[in-house]
Amino acid sequence: MRPESESEIAAILRTARAPLTIIGGGTRSRPASGDVLSTRGLTGITLYEPAAMTLIARAGTPLAEIEAALAAENQRLAFEPPNRADAWAGGDPRDGEDVAPGARREASTIGGVIAANASGPRRIQSGAARDSLIGLRFVDGTGEVIANGGRVMKNVTGYDLVKLMAGSRGMLGVLTEVALRTAPVPPASVTLMLRCPAQRAVPAMTAALTGPWDISGAGWLPDLGVVLRLEGLPGSVALRARTLSARLEPFGAAGMLDEAAAAWRRLGALAAGWGPGAEDMAEDMAEGAVWRILCRPSQVDALLAANGGHEPLAMDWGGGLVILPLPAGALPALPPQARARRLSGAMMDLPLPDPVTARLNEGLRARFDPRGILAGAI
Amino acid sequence: MQMPVPDGAILARRDAIVAQLRAAVGAGTVIDDPVEARAYECDALSAYRCPPLAVALPTTTEEVAAILRLCHAEHVPVVPRGAGTSLAGGSMPTADAVVLGLARMNAVLDVSYGDRQITVQAGRTNLSVSGAVDEAGFFYAPDPSSQLACAIGGNIGMNSGGAHCLKYGVTTNNLLGVRMVLMDGTIVDLGGPMGEAPGLDLLGVVCGAEGQLGVVTEATLRILPKPAGARPVLIAFDSSETAGACVAAIIRAGVLPVAIEFMDRPCIVATENFARPGYPDCEALLIVEVEGTPPEIDEQLAVIRGIAAGFSPIEFRESRSEDESRRIWLGRKSAFGAMGQMGDYMCLDGTIPVSALPQVLRRIGELSAAAGLPVGNVFHAGDGNMHPLIIYDANRPGDLERVEALGADILRLCVQVGGCLTGEHGVGVEKRDLMPAQFSDADMEAQMRVKDVFDPRWLLNAAKVFPLHVSASRREGGRNAA
Repeated sequence: MRPESESEIAAILRTARAPLTIIGGGTRSRPASGDVLSTRGLTGITLYEPAAMTLIARAGTPLAEIEAALAAENQRLAFEPPNRADAWAGGDPRDGEDVAPGARREASTIGGVIAANASGPRRIQSGAARDSLIGLRFVDGTGEVIANGGRVMKNVTGYDLVKLMAGSRGMLGVLTEVALRTAPVPPASVTLMLRCPAQRAVPAMTAALTGPWDISGAGWLPDLGVVLRLEGLPGSVALRARTLSARLEPFGAAGMLDEAAAAWRRLGALAAGWGPGAEDMAEDMAEGAVWRILCRPSQVDALLAANGGHEPLAMDWGGGLVILPLPAGALPALPPQARARRLSGAMMDLPLPDPVTARLNEGLRARFDPRGILAGAI
Repeated sequence: MQMPVPDGAILARRDAIVAQLRAAVGAGTVIDDPVEARAYECDALSAYRCPPLAVALPTTTEEVAAILRLCHAEHVPVVPRGAGTSLAGGSMPTADAVVLGLARMNAVLDVSYGDRQITVQAGRTNLSVSGAVDEAGFFYAPDPSSQLACAIGGNIGMNSGGAHCLKYGVTTNNLLGVRMVLMDGTIVDLGGPMGEAPGLDLLGVVCGAEGQLGVVTEATLRILPKPAGARPVLIAFDSSETAGACVAAIIRAGVLPVAIEFMDRPCIVATENFARPGYPDCEALLIVEVEGTPPEIDEQLAVIRGIAAGFSPIEFRESRSEDESRRIWLGRKSAFGAMGQMGDYMCLDGTIPVSALPQVLRRIGELSAAAGLPVGNVFHAGDGNMHPLIIYDANRPGDLERVEALGADILRLCVQVGGCLTGEHGVGVEKRDLMPAQFSDADMEAQMRVKDVFDPRWLLNAAKVFPLHVSASRREGGRNAA
C-alpha cells in the first residue's frame, strides 16, 4: 500500500484487520511481517522559511531532497542524520563495488530519520534529531489524526508528544508530517586529528570537550584516531584550532585532517551500524555481532576492559557512543546505566531497564494502538 | 477562573489524612496549621488562591514515595511544587489537595566534569546548579528570568527556557535523566547516557508535562564549559518592522548570537523613566549578545554590524567595557519592573514565527487601541517568544476582565499566524481554557491518554493544562473509583 495523503493513511489504519509493516525508505527498518504500508507516496516540503530556520515536510520526503533544499539556502539539519552510503565512502576498498551509494542515499526518508531519532556526530553540540524536531502530525493505531508541537522553537503548550514520537519507530503511530528547526552552515570548519588507539582516545576527547572550544564533533576511527571538529567564523575557528592543539599536546601531536567532511559522514554512518566491519559481520553471523553501546565517557575504559579489549569499530559523542564487535553469542558486559542494542543480524534490544519502564511503554502502546495494528513496526 | 468543587469526603477526613501522613514521614515534614499552609495558597500567579488541605515537605525520594502511596490509596489529589514561581498557576492548590513541596530537597548528588553532567535533587534552584560548577569553569545553560528562585523540578515541569536558549536550547535539550515517583508511589529512573533509554522517550514527555505525570525528585543535567566572555550590542531603529527584519537577517546570515532581545517604544520609555539606562530615542531596539574570546567577539560583531547597516539603524552601540555591557542589559532586565511603575500589568507568553513579527506587532497595536489598554512589548526575538505586557488598573472594576479578553485575543492571534499559546510559562490554570485554540479534541485526547498511563486515577495536578470540561470524565472517574 502506497497512500498519497494523510487521510488515506488514516483510512487504511482505521480499517486494518491485521498488523502492518510501516516502511519509509527501508534503510533503518527492522525485519517484520504483515502487509507493507509505505510512506513514500506522501512527499513534499510544505513550508520552508530560512529566515525563521523552519522547514516542514511530509514524512515520505527523501532526506536527500530536504538536504538539497537546505543547502541551496546555506542551511542544514544540525543533527547530521547518518546516511548508509556514507559508510562506504572515503577510500574504502569496497567503494563502488557492490554497493550503489547514490541509490541508498536517496532512499532515506525524513519520517524514517525521525522515527529512528537518527543523529550524527554533531549531537554533542546541537542535540539529537528529537531536539531539532519542533512539531509533527501522525495517525495513531486507531486511524485518528493527531497534531503536536508547532513550527516555533519554544513551545510548552500541552504535553510534548513530539519527543515521545521521535525514536518511537512507529510504535504509537505513522508519522505524516514533521516540522524541523534548521541551522545555518557556518563559513568555516576545521578538523583536528590525533593518531591514537581507542584505549587512549577518550581522555583526549574529554580534554577538548571540557574547555571553551565549542566542539561540534568528537569521535574516533581506527584508521584516523581521534577527530575533533570546530565550526564557525574563519578567524574564530583558526584561533580555537591553535589553542586546542596546544591543549592536546600531552596526548600527542594533533594535525589538520583534509577531506574531513567525508570522514565525519563515514563516522556517522559507522556509528549507525553501517559500513565496513559492521555490515560484513551482519552477512556472516558466525563471526560475531556488532553492538551500539551508550555509556558515560568515563566508563569507556571499564567497558572495553570488561569486553575482552576488542577494538571498537568507531566511537562518537566524546566516548558516549561505542560501536563494539563481540564474538558470536556474547552479550556485552555493561557498566551501570549503560545501554546496548545489537546492530548486526536481528536488531535486538536488551530488555527494558526495569519493569516500571516496561509497563509504561506497554501502557502507551495499548492506548495509541489498542488493536496492535502497528505491532509490525518494531 | 473556575476550579473543580473540592471533594467534601476528603475535607471531612482531613485530620485522619494528616495523621497518616505524619505517621508515614514524620511530624516535621507535614504542615496542617491553616496559617502556615496559607503560604502555599498560590504561586507567582497570585490572582488565583486557595489554601491546600495540607503541605508536605519531604527530604528524600523515599519520603515522596511514601506520601504519594498514601494519597493514592486515600484518593487524595496532590499538587507538586518546586519554588512556587510559576506564572501560569501551575502549582496552585485546591482545597482538597496535598501540596508536595520539594524546596527542602536541594542537594547536589553527583558531579562529573569529564562526563559534563551533574545530578541534583529537584528542589535545587536553577542558579545554584551553575553555582555548584562555576569554579570548575562550567555552567547550566537554561536561564529563566526567575533563575535565582525557581527550582529545577519546576523547570522540568514547565520545560523552562530563558534569554540564552537561542543557542543552548531549553530544559528538555539539557536534561539527561530523572528519578521520578509515580502517583502510586512507584519510583522510576528515566533517561540514561546521552538522555537515551531503550523503548519510548518517556523522559521527553515528562519534561513539560506540568507535574501531571509524576513527581521528579532528582535530575541529571548537561553542564557546559563556560565561554571565554560575552559582549552585547544595542541597535536602535525608527520602526518595529525594521527591527524585526534585522532579526531575521542576523539569523539568516549564520552568526548565531546567544541572545537577541527586542523592546518597543512603550517599553523603552518606561525603562528610561525607571532605570535610566541611557537608551536612544527610538521606536524599537535590539540587544544582541555574542560569546567567545575578544577576537572571536570582534569577528562576530563585525558581521552583525555589516548586517545592521543594511537596515539604516539610528544607532549601533557596541559595549567596550563591563560597565557599558551592564548598562545595555539594565533596561531589558528592569523592563518588567519599569512597566509595573505604569500600573498593574498582565504578562503574556505567546510565540510566533519570527517572520510574522511585523504583522503581529501591528495587529497588537490595533487590538490595544481598540481595547483602550496600553501594551508594551519586550521579548526574546531570536526565537519568537513574545511577552506583551498589558497595563491596567486592578482597582478599577471591570479592568481585569477587559485585560483577560485582550490577552486572549493576542494569544489567539499568535496561534493564527502559526505560533502557540505559551513559549515558556506553561498552560497551568491560566491558559487552560484557550487550549482548543491550538489543539483539536483528538490532539488533547492523545495527550490525556499519556496521563491515563502514568496516573490512571488523575490525582496529580489534574485540574491544570486541559480545559475542565475536556478532562471532567477522567477526573470524576478517578474520584468515583474511591
